[in-house]
Amino acid sequence: MLRETVQRFAQDVVGPKVREMDENEMMDPSIIKGLFEQGLMAIETPGELGGAESSFTAAVIAIEELAKVDPSVSVLCDVHNTLVNTVVRKYGTQEQKEKWLPKLAESSLGSFCLSEPASGSDAFALQTRAKKEGSEWVINGSKMWITNSYEADFFLIFANVDPSKGYRGITCFIATKDMGVKIAKKEQKLGIRASSTCSLNFDDLRVPEENVLGEVGKGYKIAIEILNEGRIGIAAQMLGLAQGAFDKSVPYTYERKQFGQPVGTFQGMQFSIADAAIQIETARLLTYNAARLKDEGKPFTTEAAMAKYWSSVVAQKVAGSAIEWAGGVGFTRETGIEKYWRDSKIGAIYEGTSNIQLQTIAKAVEKRFS
Amino acid sequence: MRPTASRLLNILVPVKRTIDYAVKIRVNPDQKGVDLNVKHSMNPFDEIAVEEAVRLREKLKDAVKSIKVVTVGPPKAAETLRTALAMGADSGIHVEIPDSAPAPEPLGVAKALRAVIEKESGGVDLVILGKQAIDDDQGQTGQMLAGLLDWPQATFASKVVVDAGKKEANVTREIDGGLQEVKAKLPLIITTDLRCVSLRSLSVQWLILNSLHHSLNEPRYASLPNIMKAKKKPIQKLTPADLGIDLTPRIETIKVSEPAKRVGGGKVESVDELIAKLKEAGITAVKA
Repeated sequence: MLRETVQRFAQDVVGPKVREMDENEMMDPSIIKGLFEQGLMAIETPGELGGAESSFTAAVIAIEELAKVDPSVSVLCDVHNTLVNTVVRKYGTQEQKEKWLPKLAESSLGSFCLSEPASGSDAFALQTRAKKEGSEWVINGSKMWITNSYEADFFLIFANVDPSKGYRGITCFIATKDMGVKIAKKEQKLGIRASSTCSLNFDDLRVPEENVLGEVGKGYKIAIEILNEGRIGIAAQMLGLAQGAFDKSVPYTYERKQFGQPVGTFQGMQFSIADAAIQIETARLLTYNAARLKDEGKPFTTEAAMAKYWSSVVAQKVAGSAIEWAGGVGFTRETGIEKYWRDSKIGAIYEGTSNIQLQTIAKAVEKRFS
Repeated sequence: MRPTASRLLNILVPVKRTIDYAVKIRVNPDQKGVDLNVKHSMNPFDEIAVEEAVRLREKLKDAVKSIKVVTVGPPKAAETLRTALAMGADSGIHVEIPDSAPAPEPLGVAKALRAVIEKESGGVDLVILGKQAIDDDQGQTGQMLAGLLDWPQATFASKVVVDAGKKEANVTREIDGGLQEVKAKLPLIITTDLRCVSLRSLSVQWLILNSLHHSLNEPRYASLPNIMKAKKKPIQKLTPADLGIDLTPRIETIKVSEPAKRVGGGKVESVDELIAKLKEAGITAVKA
């Protein structure tokens, strides 16, 4: 029922706006509002704090269904749920949870601020600094590549309080827009254009000491652990993307006739379509399995890396094929098929590049044999 | 003044699990039916009925004591009840028939509903049904139920206003000539038509495009928290035997076939040519 509801919401509310949002590179505020109203922005949050109290797998399904229609909307929901909400839920004090989770469930969009101009994969090389002054922390620095930042009200900022300690100085801070978070350049991207990706500047940004999330100097742990699960969310997004591209292009091949028959019935096309269907299924199984392991409390790091890596590969391949199946029509922006291919490219890059995923998997293999 | 017990309304909304409106229907090779191995969902007119009940509660507040949904169908029909619970109904009744049983017919369903209503200890004040199901398009169940219970009926409703205190309802009906307003005492049977408001549900939009009518309301999406709450709401299971009814079909389907394929038209260059073609086609009323 969850899947069906999200599907209907995605098709009825998001669907008509996809092209416009992509062309304008802007998320329609009514979509964000709709996501909040449907309870899709607090999927795992406990009921008494305004959430739907569902499982991680439920979040994965919601992300997947949204991505079938618009991967930009999907990533907005994914970051908010699997990164922002989960961090507050897992590492927050009871006061922090009671203060922030209801707002995050109702109307406050969240953003996860880790990457910087000089630190992406090498996240712990971040330069943003935080200095204690009385009962406040003063944050200075900048972040780059931050999803949701244009529309967000709530920011999780990773800053180093003691560079001499290396990564053990990294701390996670909660900040709201009105504290002085400055949104700088909004990137113009190849894909997921409606998802805002901005640079942020912190110029003597003051946050109260009760806004430290988790322990001072333990921010690096939060980052590693949360990105582990966020990975499965991205896998779900890429999976939905692949399925969406497939579902949009294949019906057309049964209608378009050349040489007296629907092009989808030519054997060459059939083999290509079957191959794509298999690939999507493999991505689906990896993703759902990783989600299941996590929900069962079992180790899932390697499986999450595999799911994210593989889903992004499948997404690109299937989306590319989807364009070719539809021929010239697939190449025009009007039908919305090409958008999936453009959107898929980011899958191999954000929330852990493909090389990082491969490295994670290789390390796990090495561990077994040494 | 707080409504007294005698002024509290119990609403019953029967719902049906039908083939989803968006499915491409395929006639079976034996020409006795259609391929049922496809996506099913709640009959769109029944969605409107559930929505109307939920809205009545939003308007009348405490005056609505309960909204119960009921379905006569195979085990999978329980999903349809859950969807209604997620939309705001309080509890469900599932009159379960086996998967192998033939599809229930309007008279059978009406008899089952009568039995359910008669069993309800608190009584039922309002039964809101969809005007027809999109699979068989019979449009009879509501009317038959009214006949069996000897209750008033207001069918093809496009607007419903209930006075809980007076136990009356004013219903605006869509009729061929326009709109008709009727006033009826409760208990009452209402069947819902459509009415144009900004439409949220794609299935209802499809209905609008395929009819000239307007929608009674726009069915809400079940939000995720409501879906989770719905899992805990009770569904009572009954069999036709429990209700003392017989659902044996009285109608035999002789043949099911696809509509004749649309033959292409032709273009003409002038009025004279048009008249000539019409005459050719045998339309003798045309005078040159």
